[in-house]
Amino acid sequence: MATKIVIVGGGLAGTIIANGLCRQLKSEMRGGGLSITVIGTTDQHMYQPGLLYLPFGRTREAELFRDQRKLLDRKIVFFVDPANNIDVDKQEVTTDSGRVHGYDYLVIATGSRLMPQNIPGLAEGAHWLYDLEGARKMRVALDEFEGGKVIVNVNAPHKCPVAPLEITFMLHDFLKAKGVMDKSEITYTYPIGRLHSLEPVAEWALPEFTRLGIKSEIFFNAKQVNPDAKTIESEEGVTLGYDLLITVPPHQGAQVIEDSGLGKGGWVPTNKDTLHHEGSDNVFVCGDTTNIPISKAGSTAHFEADTIVDNLTSLITEGRMARNYDGKVFCFVETGMKSGTYVWFDYETPPNPGPPSQMVHWSKLAYNRLYWLSAKGLL
Amino acid sequence: MTERQLVDARGAACPGPLMELIAQIKLVNVGEEVEILSSDKGSASDIPLWVAKVGHEMVENEKQDNHWSMVVRRAK
Ligand SMILES: Cc1cc2nc3c(=O)[nH]c(=O)nc-3n(C[C@H](O)[C@H](O)[C@H](O)COP(=O)(O)OP(=O)(O)OC[C@H]3O[C@@H](n4cnc5c(N)ncnc54)[C@H](O)[C@@H]3O)c2cc1C
Repeated sequence: MATKIVIVGGGLAGTIIANGLCRQLKSEMRGGGLSITVIGTTDQHMYQPGLLYLPFGRTREAELFRDQRKLLDRKIVFFVDPANNIDVDKQEVTTDSGRVHGYDYLVIATGSRLMPQNIPGLAEGAHWLYDLEGARKMRVALDEFEGGKVIVNVNAPHKCPVAPLEITFMLHDFLKAKGVMDKSEITYTYPIGRLHSLEPVAEWALPEFTRLGIKSEIFFNAKQVNPDAKTIESEEGVTLGYDLLITVPPHQGAQVIEDSGLGKGGWVPTNKDTLHHEGSDNVFVCGDTTNIPISKAGSTAHFEADTIVDNLTSLITEGRMARNYDGKVFCFVETGMKSGTYVWFDYETPPNPGPPSQMVHWSKLAYNRLYWLSAKGLL
Repeated sequence: MTERQLVDARGAACPGPLMELIAQIKLVNVGEEVEILSSDKGSASDIPLWVAKVGHEMVENEKQDNHWSMVVRRAK
Protein backbone atom coordinates (compact mmCIF):
# COMPACT_ATOMS: atom_id res chain seq x y z
CA MET A 1 0.00 0.00 0.00
CA ALA A 2 1.27 3.44 -0.92
CA THR A 3 2.04 5.81 1.96
CA LYS A 4 -0.32 8.81 1.89
CA ILE A 5 0.67 12.28 3.02
CA VAL A 6 -2.16 14.81 3.23
CA ILE A 7 -1.43 18.53 3.72
CA VAL A 8 -4.35 20.77 4.71
CA GLY A 9 -3.67 24.37 3.64
CA GLY A 10 -2.00 25.51 0.44
CA GLY A 11 -0.50 28.73 1.81
CA LEU A 12 3.17 29.31 2.43
CA ALA A 13 3.83 26.40 4.80
CA GLY A 14 1.71 23.84 2.93
CA THR A 15 3.27 24.72 -0.42
CA ILE A 16 6.88 24.60 0.83
CA ILE A 17 6.29 21.25 2.54
CA ALA A 18 4.55 19.66 -0.44
CA ASN A 19 7.27 20.73 -2.90
CA GLY A 20 10.09 19.91 -0.48
CA LEU A 21 8.77 16.38 0.14
CA CYS A 22 8.34 15.84 -3.58
CA ARG A 23 11.99 16.60 -4.15
CA GLN A 24 13.30 14.56 -1.22
CA LEU A 25 11.11 11.55 -1.95
CA LYS A 26 11.32 11.55 -5.74
CA SER A 27 12.05 7.85 -6.11
CA GLU A 28 9.34 6.76 -3.64
CA MET A 29 6.80 8.84 -5.61
CA ARG A 30 7.99 7.57 -8.96
CA GLY A 31 7.64 3.97 -7.83
CA GLY A 32 4.07 4.60 -6.67
CA GLY A 33 4.96 4.01 -3.03
CA LEU A 34 3.99 7.50 -1.91
CA SER A 35 1.33 10.09 -2.69
CA ILE A 36 1.16 13.74 -1.61
CA THR A 37 -2.18 15.56 -1.54
CA VAL A 38 -2.69 19.25 -0.82
CA ILE A 39 -6.16 20.45 0.20
CA GLY A 40 -6.70 24.19 -0.22
CA THR A 41 -9.41 26.83 -0.41
CA THR A 42 -8.29 28.66 -3.54
CA ASP A 43 -6.43 28.14 -6.82
CA GLN A 44 -4.66 31.50 -6.36
CA HIS A 45 -1.67 31.86 -4.05
CA MET A 46 -1.33 35.32 -2.57
CA TYR A 47 2.00 36.78 -1.42
CA GLN A 48 0.68 38.30 1.81
CA PRO A 49 3.65 40.54 2.71
CA GLY A 50 3.03 42.35 -0.59
CA LEU A 51 -0.25 43.66 0.86
CA LEU A 52 1.80 46.09 2.92
CA TYR A 53 2.63 48.06 -0.22
CA LEU A 54 -0.81 48.02 -1.83
CA PRO A 55 -2.62 50.91 -0.06
CA PHE A 56 0.47 53.10 -0.53
CA GLY A 57 0.46 52.56 -4.29
CA ARG A 58 3.81 50.75 -4.16
CA THR A 59 2.71 47.50 -5.81
CA ARG A 60 0.08 46.30 -8.21
CA GLU A 61 -2.41 43.60 -7.25
CA ALA A 62 -1.38 41.32 -10.09
CA GLU A 63 2.15 41.12 -8.62
CA LEU A 64 0.78 39.48 -5.47
CA PHE A 65 -0.74 36.42 -7.12
CA ARG A 66 0.40 33.20 -8.75
CA ASP A 67 -1.53 30.17 -9.91
CA GLN A 68 -1.29 27.68 -7.03
CA ARG A 69 -1.32 24.70 -9.40
CA LYS A 70 1.79 26.06 -11.12
CA LEU A 71 3.60 26.58 -7.81
CA LEU A 72 3.10 22.95 -6.88
CA ASP A 73 5.18 20.13 -8.37
CA ARG A 74 3.12 18.25 -10.96
CA LYS A 75 3.32 15.01 -8.96
CA ILE A 76 1.28 16.60 -6.14
CA VAL A 77 -2.47 16.01 -6.12
CA PHE A 78 -4.18 19.36 -5.42
CA PHE A 79 -7.83 19.93 -4.51
CA VAL A 80 -9.55 23.28 -4.15
CA ASP A 81 -12.05 21.89 -1.69
CA PRO A 82 -11.87 23.27 1.88
CA ALA A 83 -11.50 20.76 4.72
CA ASN A 84 -14.42 20.90 7.12
CA ASN A 85 -13.38 18.14 9.50
CA ILE A 86 -10.05 16.68 10.56
CA ASP A 87 -10.37 13.43 12.52
CA VAL A 88 -6.97 12.52 13.95
CA ASP A 89 -8.28 9.30 15.52
CA LYS A 90 -9.77 7.94 12.31
CA GLN A 91 -6.93 9.53 10.29
CA GLU A 92 -9.34 11.18 7.89
CA VAL A 93 -9.91 14.65 6.47
CA THR A 94 -13.39 15.46 5.13
CA THR A 95 -13.96 18.31 2.70
CA ASP A 96 -16.88 20.54 1.70
CA SER A 97 -17.60 18.41 -1.38
CA GLY A 98 -17.98 15.35 0.87
CA ARG A 99 -14.71 13.72 -0.16
CA VAL A 100 -12.90 11.79 2.58
CA HIS A 101 -9.09 11.69 2.47
CA GLY A 102 -7.43 8.98 4.57
CA TYR A 103 -3.79 9.54 5.45
CA ASP A 104 -0.72 7.96 7.00
CA TYR A 105 0.82 11.35 7.74
CA LEU A 106 -1.04 14.64 8.05
CA VAL A 107 0.28 18.19 8.00
CA ILE A 108 -2.00 20.93 9.30
CA ALA A 109 -1.06 24.29 7.76
CA THR A 110 -4.31 26.22 7.75
CA GLY A 111 -2.80 29.55 8.82
CA SER A 112 -4.66 32.27 10.70
CA ARG A 113 -7.58 34.52 9.84
CA LEU A 114 -8.65 38.05 10.73
CA MET A 115 -11.39 38.46 13.33
CA PRO A 116 -12.33 42.17 13.33
CA GLN A 117 -15.84 41.04 14.32
CA ASN A 118 -14.46 40.09 17.77
CA ILE A 119 -14.31 43.80 18.65
CA PRO A 120 -17.70 45.54 18.33
CA GLY A 121 -17.65 48.31 15.72
CA LEU A 122 -14.13 47.56 14.47
CA ALA A 123 -15.16 46.06 11.12
CA GLU A 124 -17.43 49.03 10.42
CA GLY A 125 -15.17 51.77 11.72
CA ALA A 126 -11.65 50.71 10.74
CA HIS A 127 -9.46 49.99 7.73
CA TRP A 128 -6.76 47.32 7.48
CA LEU A 129 -4.37 45.98 4.90
CA TYR A 130 -4.06 42.43 6.23
CA ASP A 131 -6.28 41.00 3.49
CA LEU A 132 -6.90 41.96 -0.13
CA GLU A 133 -10.33 43.47 0.29
CA GLY A 134 -9.18 45.49 3.29
CA ALA A 135 -6.07 46.71 1.47
CA ARG A 136 -8.18 47.85 -1.49
CA LYS A 137 -10.53 49.81 0.77
CA MET A 138 -7.61 51.29 2.70
CA ARG A 139 -6.08 52.48 -0.59
CA VAL A 140 -9.28 54.40 -1.35
CA ALA A 141 -9.45 55.80 2.20
CA LEU A 142 -5.84 57.02 1.99
CA ASP A 143 -6.45 58.59 -1.41
CA GLU A 144 -9.41 60.49 0.00
CA PHE A 145 -7.75 61.47 3.28
CA GLU A 146 -7.04 65.18 3.53
CA GLY A 147 -5.50 65.25 7.00
CA GLY A 148 -6.67 64.79 10.56
CA LYS A 149 -6.26 62.34 13.43
CA VAL A 150 -5.02 58.93 12.34
CA ILE A 151 -4.91 55.98 14.71
CA VAL A 152 -2.93 52.83 13.98
CA ASN A 153 -4.48 50.34 16.38
CA VAL A 154 -2.75 46.99 16.94
CA ASN A 155 -4.57 44.02 18.48
CA ALA A 156 -3.39 40.68 19.85
CA PRO A 157 -2.78 38.13 18.56
CA HIS A 158 -1.66 39.02 15.04
CA LYS A 159 0.67 37.63 12.40
CA CYS A 160 3.77 39.41 11.18
CA PRO A 161 4.76 41.28 14.35
CA VAL A 162 6.79 43.88 12.45
CA ALA A 163 3.99 44.91 10.09
CA PRO A 164 2.31 47.34 12.56
CA LEU A 165 5.45 49.47 12.87
CA GLU A 166 6.05 49.23 9.13
CA ILE A 167 2.50 50.41 8.46
CA THR A 168 3.03 53.36 10.80
CA PHE A 169 6.32 54.47 9.25
CA MET A 170 5.08 53.99 5.70
CA LEU A 171 1.88 55.86 6.53
CA HIS A 172 3.93 58.76 7.86
CA ASP A 173 6.04 58.88 4.69
CA PHE A 174 2.93 58.53 2.52
CA LEU A 175 1.06 61.41 4.22
CA LYS A 176 4.18 63.56 4.08
CA ALA A 177 4.62 62.90 0.35
CA LYS A 178 0.94 63.68 -0.15
CA GLY A 179 1.48 67.00 1.62
CA VAL A 180 -1.03 66.40 4.43
CA MET A 181 1.27 65.31 7.28
CA ASP A 182 1.44 68.86 8.65
CA LYS A 183 -2.37 68.72 9.05
CA SER A 184 -2.27 65.22 10.53
CA GLU A 185 -1.40 63.48 13.76
CA ILE A 186 -0.59 59.76 13.93
CA THR A 187 -1.19 57.84 17.16
CA TYR A 188 -0.01 54.24 17.39
CA THR A 189 -1.67 51.99 19.97
CA TYR A 190 -0.08 48.73 21.13
CA PRO A 191 -1.34 45.99 23.46
CA ILE A 192 1.68 45.78 25.80
CA GLY A 193 3.82 48.28 27.69
CA ARG A 194 6.19 49.26 24.86
CA LEU A 195 6.06 49.94 21.11
CA HIS A 196 6.93 46.41 19.99
CA SER A 197 7.10 42.99 21.56
CA LEU A 198 10.80 42.72 20.73
CA GLU A 199 12.52 44.97 23.27
CA PRO A 200 15.40 46.08 20.99
CA VAL A 201 12.91 46.92 18.22
CA ALA A 202 10.79 48.88 20.72
CA GLU A 203 13.88 50.76 21.94
CA TRP A 204 14.84 51.62 18.37
CA ALA A 205 11.28 52.69 17.44
CA LEU A 206 10.79 55.12 20.36
CA PRO A 207 13.28 57.83 19.27
CA GLU A 208 12.11 57.35 15.66
CA PHE A 209 8.55 58.09 16.80
CA THR A 210 9.78 61.18 18.65
CA ARG A 211 11.76 62.33 15.58
CA LEU A 212 8.73 61.94 13.32
CA GLY A 213 6.21 63.31 15.82
CA ILE A 214 4.26 60.04 16.02
CA LYS A 215 2.35 59.65 19.28
CA SER A 216 1.75 56.39 21.07
CA GLU A 217 -0.64 54.83 23.55
CA ILE A 218 0.72 51.64 25.13
CA PHE A 219 -1.25 49.02 27.10
CA PHE A 220 -4.13 49.60 24.69
CA ASN A 221 -6.34 46.64 23.76
CA ALA A 222 -9.37 47.68 21.76
CA LYS A 223 -12.67 46.93 23.47
CA GLN A 224 -15.04 48.67 21.08
CA VAL A 225 -15.25 51.20 18.30
CA ASN A 226 -18.04 53.71 17.83
CA PRO A 227 -18.01 54.43 14.08
CA ASP A 228 -20.58 57.26 14.39
CA ALA A 229 -18.79 59.15 17.15
CA LYS A 230 -15.44 58.08 15.59
CA THR A 231 -13.97 56.87 18.86
CA ILE A 232 -12.10 53.77 19.93
CA GLU A 233 -12.13 52.60 23.53
CA SER A 234 -9.62 50.27 25.19
CA GLU A 235 -10.07 47.50 27.76
CA GLU A 236 -7.75 49.62 29.90
CA GLY A 237 -10.29 52.49 29.95
CA VAL A 238 -8.80 54.96 27.44
CA THR A 239 -10.94 56.51 24.67
CA LEU A 240 -9.39 58.12 21.58
CA GLY A 241 -11.06 60.09 18.79
CA TYR A 242 -10.05 59.57 15.16
CA ASP A 243 -10.67 60.76 11.61
CA LEU A 244 -9.06 57.68 10.08
CA LEU A 245 -8.76 54.42 11.98
CA ILE A 246 -6.32 51.81 10.73
CA THR A 247 -6.22 48.52 12.58
CA VAL A 248 -4.40 45.25 12.76
CA PRO A 249 -7.39 43.11 13.73
CA PRO A 250 -7.07 40.27 16.24
CA HIS A 251 -6.51 36.86 14.63
CA GLN A 252 -7.69 33.32 15.19
CA GLY A 253 -6.80 30.04 13.53
CA ALA A 254 -9.01 28.45 10.86
CA GLN A 255 -12.60 27.55 11.61
CA VAL A 256 -11.96 23.89 10.71
CA ILE A 257 -9.54 23.58 13.64
CA GLU A 258 -12.18 24.63 16.17
CA ASP A 259 -14.90 22.61 14.42
CA SER A 260 -12.71 19.50 14.60
CA GLY A 261 -12.01 20.05 18.31
CA LEU A 262 -8.31 20.46 17.59
CA GLY A 263 -7.70 23.67 19.49
CA LYS A 264 -9.33 26.67 21.11
CA GLY A 265 -9.34 29.76 18.90
CA GLY A 266 -8.12 27.60 16.02
CA TRP A 267 -4.63 27.28 17.52
CA VAL A 268 -3.42 23.69 17.49
CA PRO A 269 -1.48 22.46 20.55
CA THR A 270 1.92 21.71 19.03
CA ASN A 271 5.19 20.32 20.40
CA LYS A 272 7.62 23.23 20.01
CA ASP A 273 10.57 20.97 19.12
CA THR A 274 9.11 18.16 17.00
CA LEU A 275 6.13 20.16 15.63
CA HIS A 276 3.90 17.17 16.30
CA HIS A 277 0.27 17.83 17.13
CA GLU A 278 0.31 17.11 20.90
CA GLY A 279 -0.77 13.53 21.37
CA SER A 280 -0.16 12.34 17.78
CA ASP A 281 2.98 10.96 16.18
CA ASN A 282 1.77 11.14 12.58
CA VAL A 283 0.27 14.64 12.59
CA PHE A 284 2.52 17.69 12.15
CA VAL A 285 1.49 21.33 12.52
CA CYS A 286 3.17 24.19 10.70
CA GLY A 287 3.00 27.98 10.42
CA ASP A 288 0.54 30.43 11.91
CA THR A 289 -1.86 27.77 13.20
CA THR A 290 0.47 26.30 15.88
CA ASN A 291 0.01 27.43 19.46
CA ILE A 292 3.78 27.78 19.92
CA PRO A 293 4.49 31.14 21.62
CA ILE A 294 6.52 32.42 18.71
CA SER A 295 6.04 35.03 15.95
CA LYS A 296 3.38 34.13 13.42
CA ALA A 297 5.43 34.98 10.33
CA GLY A 298 6.34 33.65 6.94
CA SER A 299 9.90 33.03 8.04
CA THR A 300 8.70 30.98 11.02
CA ALA A 301 6.48 28.97 8.67
CA HIS A 302 9.44 28.51 6.32
CA PHE A 303 11.91 27.28 8.97
CA GLU A 304 9.28 25.01 10.50
CA ALA A 305 8.38 23.67 7.05
CA ASP A 306 12.03 22.77 6.36
CA THR A 307 12.12 20.84 9.64
CA ILE A 308 8.94 18.95 8.80
CA VAL A 309 10.24 18.07 5.32
CA ASP A 310 13.41 16.62 6.85
CA ASN A 311 11.50 14.70 9.51
CA LEU A 312 8.84 13.26 7.20
CA THR A 313 11.53 12.24 4.71
CA SER A 314 13.48 10.54 7.46
CA LEU A 315 10.40 8.84 8.91
CA ILE A 316 9.40 7.47 5.52
CA THR A 317 12.85 6.34 4.42
CA GLU A 318 14.48 5.39 7.74
CA GLY A 319 11.68 5.17 10.27
CA ARG A 320 13.09 7.89 12.54
CA MET A 321 12.93 11.66 13.07
CA ALA A 322 15.82 13.77 11.72
CA ARG A 323 15.95 16.88 13.88
CA ASN A 324 14.14 19.37 16.07
CA TYR A 325 12.94 22.87 15.14
CA ASP A 326 15.23 25.39 16.85
CA GLY A 327 12.71 28.24 17.08
CA LYS A 328 14.38 30.29 14.33
CA VAL A 329 12.57 33.44 13.16
CA PHE A 330 13.97 36.05 10.75
CA CYS A 331 12.19 39.29 9.89
CA PHE A 332 12.92 42.26 7.71
CA VAL A 333 11.63 45.54 9.17
CA GLU A 334 10.80 48.37 6.77
CA THR A 335 11.71 51.58 8.63
CA GLY A 336 10.29 53.93 6.01
CA MET A 337 9.92 54.01 2.25
CA LYS A 338 13.70 53.88 1.70
CA SER A 339 15.36 52.10 4.61
CA GLY A 340 15.07 48.84 6.47
CA THR A 341 16.65 46.62 9.10
CA TYR A 342 16.35 42.97 10.06
CA VAL A 343 16.17 40.86 13.17
CA TRP A 344 16.55 37.15 13.89
CA PHE A 345 16.33 34.98 17.00
CA ASP A 346 15.67 31.40 18.08
CA TYR A 347 14.77 29.53 21.27
CA GLU A 348 18.31 30.13 22.63
CA THR A 349 19.43 33.39 20.98
CA PRO A 350 17.75 36.70 21.86
CA PRO A 351 17.00 39.20 19.08
CA ASN A 352 19.42 42.00 18.22
CA PRO A 353 18.52 44.16 15.20
CA GLY A 354 21.19 46.03 13.22
CA PRO A 355 21.04 49.72 12.26
CA PRO A 356 18.56 50.59 9.45
CA SER A 357 20.06 50.92 5.98
CA GLN A 358 19.01 51.31 2.39
CA MET A 359 20.77 48.02 1.60
CA VAL A 360 18.43 46.04 3.88
CA HIS A 361 15.43 47.80 2.34
CA TRP A 362 16.59 46.63 -1.09
CA SER A 363 17.13 43.11 0.25
CA LYS A 364 13.52 43.07 1.42
CA LEU A 365 12.33 44.29 -1.96
CA ALA A 366 14.44 41.53 -3.55
CA TYR A 367 12.93 38.98 -1.19
CA ASN A 368 9.47 40.11 -2.27
CA ARG A 369 10.44 38.71 -5.70
CA LEU A 370 12.26 35.62 -4.38
CA TYR A 371 9.22 34.51 -2.36
CA TRP A 372 7.94 32.45 -5.24
CA LEU A 373 11.17 30.48 -5.41
CA SER A 374 10.95 29.76 -1.70
CA ALA A 375 7.33 28.57 -2.05
CA LYS A 376 8.49 26.25 -4.80
CA GLY A 377 11.00 24.89 -2.30
CA LEU A 378 14.00 26.14 -4.30
CA LEU A 379 15.31 28.54 -1.66
CA MET B 1 -12.19 23.31 40.23
CA THR B 2 -11.74 26.42 38.02
CA GLU B 3 -10.65 25.78 34.41
CA ARG B 4 -7.01 26.76 33.99
CA GLN B 5 -5.11 27.14 30.69
CA LEU B 6 -1.32 26.86 30.75
CA VAL B 7 0.84 29.00 28.47
CA ASP B 8 4.53 28.16 28.63
CA ALA B 9 6.15 31.32 27.28
CA ARG B 10 9.61 30.67 28.76
CA GLY B 11 12.28 31.81 26.32
CA ALA B 12 9.65 33.33 24.03
CA ALA B 13 11.15 36.49 22.54
CA CYS B 14 8.28 37.53 20.28
CA PRO B 15 5.39 38.14 20.71
CA GLY B 16 6.36 37.47 24.32
CA PRO B 17 4.59 36.46 27.53
CA LEU B 18 2.24 39.42 27.99
CA MET B 19 1.02 39.31 24.38
CA GLU B 20 0.46 35.55 24.81
CA LEU B 21 -1.48 36.19 28.00
CA ILE B 22 -3.67 38.84 26.34
CA ALA B 23 -4.44 36.47 23.46
CA GLN B 24 -5.23 33.58 25.83
CA ILE B 25 -7.44 35.67 28.14
CA LYS B 26 -9.66 36.42 25.12
CA LEU B 27 -10.26 32.67 24.70
CA VAL B 28 -11.32 31.82 28.25
CA ASN B 29 -14.60 32.61 29.96
CA VAL B 30 -15.00 35.12 32.78
CA GLY B 31 -13.96 33.36 36.01
CA GLU B 32 -11.51 31.01 34.28
CA GLU B 33 -7.77 31.21 34.80
CA VAL B 34 -4.65 31.36 32.67
CA GLU B 35 -1.30 30.27 34.06
CA ILE B 36 1.63 31.86 32.31
CA LEU B 37 5.26 30.77 32.67
CA SER B 38 7.75 33.45 31.71
CA SER B 39 11.52 33.82 31.90
CA ASP B 40 11.40 37.46 30.83
CA LYS B 41 12.26 40.00 33.54
CA GLY B 42 10.27 42.82 31.92
CA SER B 43 7.12 40.71 31.83
CA ALA B 44 7.42 40.00 35.56
CA SER B 45 6.49 43.63 36.20
CA ASP B 46 4.46 44.30 33.02
CA ILE B 47 2.03 41.41 33.52
CA PRO B 48 0.82 42.44 37.02
CA LEU B 49 0.69 46.06 35.82
CA TRP B 50 -1.51 45.17 32.84
CA VAL B 51 -3.72 42.86 34.91
CA ALA B 52 -4.35 45.70 37.37
CA LYS B 53 -4.98 48.25 34.57
CA VAL B 54 -7.62 46.07 32.92
CA GLY B 55 -9.14 44.87 36.15
CA HIS B 56 -8.48 41.13 35.93
CA GLU B 57 -7.31 39.31 39.04
CA MET B 58 -3.75 38.24 39.83
CA VAL B 59 -4.25 34.91 41.61
CA GLU B 60 -0.62 33.84 41.96
CA ASN B 61 2.76 35.36 41.16
CA GLU B 62 5.71 33.21 42.10
CA LYS B 63 9.38 33.50 41.25
CA GLN B 64 10.84 30.03 40.64
CA ASP B 65 14.54 29.27 39.99
CA ASN B 66 14.77 30.73 36.49
CA HIS B 67 11.25 31.81 35.65
CA TRP B 68 8.04 33.32 36.97
CA SER B 69 4.75 31.48 37.26
CA MET B 70 1.71 33.78 37.22
CA VAL B 71 -1.95 32.87 37.39
CA VAL B 72 -4.52 35.39 36.16
CA ARG B 73 -8.29 35.08 36.52
CA ARG B 74 -10.41 36.72 33.85
CA ALA B 75 -12.67 39.10 35.72
CA LYS B 76 -14.70 40.74 32.92
C1 LIG C 1 0.32 42.45 5.48
C2 LIG C 1 1.16 41.27 5.85
C3 LIG C 1 2.55 41.40 5.87
C4 LIG C 1 3.34 40.32 6.19
N1 LIG C 1 4.70 40.50 6.16
C5 LIG C 1 5.50 39.48 6.47
C6 LIG C 1 6.92 39.63 6.42
O1 LIG C 1 7.44 40.67 6.04
N2 LIG C 1 7.69 38.59 6.79
C7 LIG C 1 7.16 37.42 7.21
O2 LIG C 1 7.90 36.50 7.55
N3 LIG C 1 5.80 37.22 7.26
C8 LIG C 1 4.97 38.22 6.89
N4 LIG C 1 3.61 38.04 6.94
C9 LIG C 1 3.04 36.80 7.52
C10 LIG C 1 3.00 35.61 6.60
O3 LIG C 1 2.37 35.92 5.38
C11 LIG C 1 2.28 34.46 7.28
O4 LIG C 1 2.79 34.29 8.57
C12 LIG C 1 2.46 33.16 6.50
O5 LIG C 1 1.76 33.24 5.28
C13 LIG C 1 2.00 31.96 7.30
O6 LIG C 1 2.02 30.81 6.51
P1 LIG C 1 0.93 29.68 6.74
O7 LIG C 1 1.17 28.68 5.66
O8 LIG C 1 0.93 29.26 8.14
O9 LIG C 1 -0.46 30.41 6.49
P2 LIG C 1 -1.04 30.98 5.12
O10 LIG C 1 0.06 31.32 4.20
O11 LIG C 1 -1.99 32.03 5.50
O12 LIG C 1 -1.79 29.74 4.50
C14 LIG C 1 -2.86 29.10 5.12
C15 LIG C 1 -3.68 28.47 4.03
O13 LIG C 1 -4.62 27.56 4.60
C16 LIG C 1 -5.79 27.66 3.87
N5 LIG C 1 -6.92 27.15 4.64
C17 LIG C 1 -7.57 27.73 5.68
N6 LIG C 1 -8.60 26.98 6.06
C18 LIG C 1 -8.60 25.89 5.26
C19 LIG C 1 -9.46 24.76 5.14
N7 LIG C 1 -10.52 24.62 5.94
N8 LIG C 1 -9.18 23.83 4.20
C20 LIG C 1 -8.11 23.98 3.39
N9 LIG C 1 -7.28 25.04 3.44
C21 LIG C 1 -7.53 25.98 4.37
C22 LIG C 1 -5.91 29.14 3.55
O14 LIG C 1 -6.74 29.36 2.44
C23 LIG C 1 -4.47 29.49 3.24
O15 LIG C 1 -4.18 29.35 1.87
C24 LIG C 1 2.76 39.09 6.56
C25 LIG C 1 1.38 38.94 6.52
C26 LIG C 1 0.57 40.01 6.16
C27 LIG C 1 -0.90 39.85 6.12
